[in-house]
This record gives sequence, C-alpha cells and structure tokens, in this order.
Amino acid sequence: MLGFLARRVAATVPVLLFVAVFVFLMLRLTPGDPAAVLAGDNASPQQIEEIRAQLGLDEPLVTQFGIWIGDLAQGDLGESFFFKQPVTVLIGQRIEPTLSLALVTIVVTVLVSVPLGTLAAYRHGSWLDRLVMGFSVAGFSVPVFVLGYLLIWIFAVELRWLPVQGFTSITEGFWPFLERMILPASALAVIYVALIARITRASVLEVLGEDYVRTARAKGLDEVSVVLRHALRNAAVPIVTVIGVGIALLIGGVVVTESVFNIPGLGRLTVDAVLARDYPTIQAVILLFSFLYVLINLLIDITYLVLDPRIRY
Amino acid sequence: MRRTYRALTTSALALVLAAPAVAEDTLSVVMHSDLKIIDPIWTTAYITRNHGYMVYDTLLALDAEGTVQPQMAESWQVSDDGLVYTFTLRDGLVFHDGAPVTSTDVIASIERWGQRDSMGQKLMQFVAGMEATSDTTFTINLTEPYGLVEQSLGKPSSNTPFIMPARIAATPADEQIAEPIGSGPFVFDSEAWEPGNKVVYRKFEDYVPRAEAPSWGAGGKVVNVDTVEWVSMPDAQTAVNALLTGEIDIIEQVAHDLLPLLDGEPAIDVVVQNPLGLQYMFRFNHLHPPFDNQTVRRAALEALNQKDFLDAAIGNPDYYKECAAMFVCGTTFATDVAGDVALTSDFEASRALLAEAGYDGTPVLLMHSTDLRTLTNLAPVAKSLLERGGFTVNMESMDWQTLVSRRAKKETPAEGGWNAFLTAWTAADVMNPIAAAGFNAAGDDAWFGWPNDPELEAMRDAFARETDVEAQKQLAEQIQARALGVATHMHAGQYFVPMGYRTDHVDGNFVDGPVPVFWQVARSDG
Repeated sequence: MLGFLARRVAATVPVLLFVAVFVFLMLRLTPGDPAAVLAGDNASPQQIEEIRAQLGLDEPLVTQFGIWIGDLAQGDLGESFFFKQPVTVLIGQRIEPTLSLALVTIVVTVLVSVPLGTLAAYRHGSWLDRLVMGFSVAGFSVPVFVLGYLLIWIFAVELRWLPVQGFTSITEGFWPFLERMILPASALAVIYVALIARITRASVLEVLGEDYVRTARAKGLDEVSVVLRHALRNAAVPIVTVIGVGIALLIGGVVVTESVFNIPGLGRLTVDAVLARDYPTIQAVILLFSFLYVLINLLIDITYLVLDPRIRY
Repeated sequence: MRRTYRALTTSALALVLAAPAVAEDTLSVVMHSDLKIIDPIWTTAYITRNHGYMVYDTLLALDAEGTVQPQMAESWQVSDDGLVYTFTLRDGLVFHDGAPVTSTDVIASIERWGQRDSMGQKLMQFVAGMEATSDTTFTINLTEPYGLVEQSLGKPSSNTPFIMPARIAATPADEQIAEPIGSGPFVFDSEAWEPGNKVVYRKFEDYVPRAEAPSWGAGGKVVNVDTVEWVSMPDAQTAVNALLTGEIDIIEQVAHDLLPLLDGEPAIDVVVQNPLGLQYMFRFNHLHPPFDNQTVRRAALEALNQKDFLDAAIGNPDYYKECAAMFVCGTTFATDVAGDVALTSDFEASRALLAEAGYDGTPVLLMHSTDLRTLTNLAPVAKSLLERGGFTVNMESMDWQTLVSRRAKKETPAEGGWNAFLTAWTAADVMNPIAAAGFNAAGDDAWFGWPNDPELEAMRDAFARETDVEAQKQLAEQIQARALGVATHMHAGQYFVPMGYRTDHVDGNFVDGPVPVFWQVARSDG
C-alpha cells in the first residue's frame, strides 16, 4: 500500500511537468498579446512594445520557459501581469468560493443521485424508474448555463426567494452561505445527478440479480438490508469511479457556473485570465487543476481498497 | 504593498465579501469592466481612467459647454506673448496621505503624463520648462505660442492628466505606480480591493469641493455617499438580474439588447449620462494592398454607411445618431464638411472608383471581434457592404484581445497582418484633431493603420499652434475634408450607452459627462 502510494505520488511529477510545458507552449502559440491588453485601446505601438519588453515577452521562448520553470521549482508561481500581485495570493483569495461550490455540489449530487438510482433499480420498470431515467436524459441534455439562467429567472427574479449572484463565506453564518449556494450548486449538480443516478441504477440492477442477493433474501433479511448492505455495497466500485470522474469534471463546470452566478472563484479567475492573456495566472491555475485531477484519481484508487478488500495494487 | 496583500487571508476577504450588498450609504455599481491596473497614466484603459476620476483631481477640467475651467487651480494667467502660463492652486488641497498638494506635485505629475499621453507629448514639444514659484503657484514656459495648453491639461479622457504626489509621480512613466494616492473626492481602499471581484472607494473627508455646480469634470465634486463599490460582473444578463432584484444599485452600461427587460420596471430608470456617447470607426491599414491605394479607400467609404452599422450593433434608434462630423456631433469642432460620404452607401460610385484604381480583387482581410457586444455585429455588415461595392472580403473572427494584438502588426495580411477593423471611441477622445488618434498621419509613428500624409500632418500642426478658437474651427474643417479625401478612416456612427439604476436606491442626480463619476449622486429613500 505504501509502495503504491509512493509510486503514485512520484508519478504526478512527470504529469505536472508535461502539463507545465504544454500550457506554456499553448499560451505562447495562441494569438493575443498581454502587452496590448495592458496598454489599453488608445495606446501607441511604441507603448505596447515597451510593455512587452518589461514583461520579458520579447525574450526567446526558451529563456521565458527557463525563467518560469526555475521559479516554479522554488515554489514561485509568478506574479499576475495585470494585478501586480503574486498568483498564489490571487488563488488564495479565490479558492474558498470554488471549494464551497464544489463541495456543496458533490454533497447534493451524492445525496440525491445514489438513493434515486438505487430506488430506480429496485423498482425496475416502474413509473419511478422511467421518471428517473427520463430526468437523467434531460439532465445530460441541458447545458449548465441554460439551467443556471432558468433557475435565476424562476427563483431569484420572479419568486425573489434567493439572490441572483455572489458568494458569502460560511464564516458569516450557514444560511447566508447556503442561500447563495443553492442555485449555482443545483444548476451544476443536475448533470452529475443524472450521470451518477444512471450508473447507480445500472450497477445495483446488475448486482440485484446475483446469487448472493438471492441468498440474502432466502436467509430472510429485510429488503432494506438486502439493498443497502448487499446490493449497494457491491455495486459501489463503479459508482465511486463515476463520482470521482464527476468531481474532476466539476472543475470544468465551475468555470461556467461561476460566471453565470458571479461567484469570485477560481473558475472566474481562469476566464478573466484567459481573456486578458494573463500568462502567469493561467499557467498556475491550470497546474493547480491538473494537480487536483491527479489527486482525485489517487483518492479514487484508495477508495477501491476500502470498498473491496480483494483489490490489490 | 505586496506584504499587505499577503496579509489578506481568505477568511478576512470572506468577511468583506459577506458584507451586505448595499449598506445605507453605499452605492453598489457594476462598471463596464473590472479594474485591473490602478495607474491612469500608464494605461489608456477606460476603467482605469474612471478609477482616476475617483481618486485623483485635475488641475483644469472641461465643462459641458466645452470650456476649460479651473479645477485644482484657483486661476491662471497667460502672458501677452503667449509664452508663460502662470497657475495658482486652490487653498486647502490635500492628498489622501495628509500631505498638502504643492506646485512641485503638479509639475511632477504633468511631466510624467507628458511622457505618456499623445496630447501631453505634443504639449511638451512646446514646453521650455516648468517652475514652482511658490508652494501654490507655478509657471509653464513655452518655446513658442501653443493653442492647446488648456485643452491638454483639461483633457477629459485617456490619458487624463491626474495630479499625484511628486514622490509617486517620480515613478518612471513606463512603470506602474504602486500607491493609488491622490487628492480626489474618493480614497481607494487598498485593503478592501479584491482584484477581479470588487473595488471599494471611500469618501475623502478632507476634500474641499469647488463652489460651482458640477459640470462634466469641472465644478464642485460634492460626495453624498460614504462608499462606492464597483462590483465586477462580467455577465451582462447577471448584472441586469441583480439590478432587477435590488442586489446592486447601478449598471454603468446596460447592454442594448437587454433594455427590454428593464422596460416597465417601476423601480428602475434608464438614462444616458454621457450625452456625446461614443463613435464607431472603420480603420484602414494604409501599408498593404488594397488599402494602400487612396482611390480604393475612397471606394470603401462610398460603399459603407453608418445606419447599417448602427442598426446592426445598437438596433434602437433612441440610442444612436447618424452624424457627418468626424469630431462628433455637438462638439466645438463638429463640422459636416465632406462628412456625408459616411451616411449613405453608393455602390455604383464604389465600383467606379475600384475600376479607376485598377482593383484586381485582392481580398480585404477584415478583422472581426466576436466578444464585445457593441462591436460584434459591425464586421459582418462591413463585409456585406464592401462586397456589394465590388470588394472581395475575407473576414476573420477572433476575440478582441487577439484583434488588439494583431492590429499592431505591420506585416502583410498573409504574414499575420490585416487590412481593416472596426472599433469605438469615447467621443471625448475624438473631439479635436490632436486628441483623435485616427487623424495622426505620421506614417510609422501614427496609430494602427499608419496613414502617411504630410499635408494632413501640417494641418494638424497648424491647428495645434493656433490660439484662436474660430481659426481652429476653420482648420478643423480643412482637416476633416483632408482626412476623408485621403481616407484615413471612416466615422461609422455615434451611439449612446444607457446607465440603469434603481430609483428606490439612488436619487438619479448623476453628473452628465464623458466619464461616469459618483459625486453629487446620493442614495434615495425610495
């Protein structure tokens, strides 16, 4: 187990290095010049050139990469071209809203999708099953921003039950925090509820036909025990895999959701940085996201060991 | 400074974030863009200019009649020979750090601005020196009479000559300042600033407003609120929704296509605070075929027309105006001379001119900006009109940041350059032929597109040296006729962007002008 963990952690280094090179090159090869953005619309060509030189963008690519990777090796992610602040500070400011949104979404997703999928499997072929599957197809089909605007229109603009936008820290109280999380987390959760409910249904359905479930029933166990202890637990590996993948995909989802709901998180930081060509910020945020992807995959693998002791690495 | 930012922990920021969106004495405003750079001399970005008006004051300022008025200055005199301008500062001027404003600060600020701004650079060509004769008086000594001294120092738009402490103005002009300390009506709250999310300005209690009524950037800047918060909200729909529910008080620029959502809302009013608005520009690249040929550029002018652009981009005639004046209708130098060419399309004339020029069908590489709502629809209209006028057009779509990078390239279109693009200017930036970048015809030193016409340059120079306004108006007419004759660019229509605000939160007593300012306005009791 420890050897496995050590190997997996070591494997993250080349992955992140590859991401670093890839992102660096992608940004430099993409059209657009941060100096032109910084200078403003009325700036002269000479002013833009001056700024390029100040930012070091007139240096050869190899030199620019060498400087960046050297700083990175010392834990220095660089300074934003625009805000003149260390990128780590910007990330520190934005991480709480993103983590909050992701966590609330995951909790909502798991609490809704797993029971829903299990019930659908248990009532296979019933109206409930068809309803869950119908919802699942719809959930896949509606883009998160459409759903976001729809929820805002109904619950914020028309009914005035919840605020349109923004973020309040949980340190300010649970309800102020939650009231600004409900709509974005719901919009974001729908697609994952659809995905995970579907997989849960399929997995549980498969397990319900196994011999040991019939044996459990033959022993006289009540249905709740049969479904939860025998069926669901044995169906858990694919479900956990999908939840893990879902969490990783969530990172993409928050980018859109944070824009629609005006949440000052990492997603909006990424969009703003991309639009402004703020290279140091984009590089740092993508490296962070990549690290999270790797970490989540590692956690999924560890969860397999807990769920199924037969699994060995 | 950096240490200060480091000290801002996530939880501390969260506390700020969690503050009620609207306190009793706070205006919560969604501006057109997020503030990224705090140095209004270093960048020409409009949001930074707007920030400048909050934090800094100006020596002189333009009023609604187009007259330059004293602002930080109590008065000024010009010597009989027109070579010495003597300025006296008002009593009681003080910076946000408590230091008094002195002549030395003003001189240092003008010097730094003069290295950066186009009108400032022009002014400095005529300045022999500036001298502080006391703490509150100083002189600007010229080498020869110059007609735009006051207009330059009262320049309302980017780069506006804001006055900073001399120690900050000592920052090299090509480096950004680190401390946003001015003597303006608001103090920038550095600790509360959340880049990309919120900017907070607090009323400067020691500011002494002038006695006159406010008029554009001139007059008394009486602040009636304690705090103004600029909330960053990049999604226009979200901003409108937040205004509808009262989570914010003001949207500086409401998207024209979202205006119907505010119609009939009793607690929301929509006003045009900038009476001169903005002007679209169709810009030619004079370096490469086919627009290196004057007759071909003239043909394009014949093919294009303002109404089609305005209908496509703005849509609502209440918010646009066809205007023959390149210096914008309603301004001192507005003239219709030769400007009618921009009002109607004459495709026959365009084709005839192309035939005369021997146009061989070389495609026009037209850059199309796709992500700024007021620009997105322009290029497709231009493509259609040019094609009907006999051109072959290759339109390339890109985001605005790519466009602004690419327009700086002098290479041929095949090598990554371009032939034409469309943009927009705040009217205040194009009100005279020196400030308006499109008229600069100094070849390589001109604005993107690089027209080269020594005759036009001579006219601009004569305008700058002329001290009589009536004579300047005549020169402006000649300059407009010449600019359209050589087709430096096309004035593609004037438009207005409305401001939306909640009448139950804000009294609506805004100061009209080219820049949104937050003095005079107060919170409303509903």
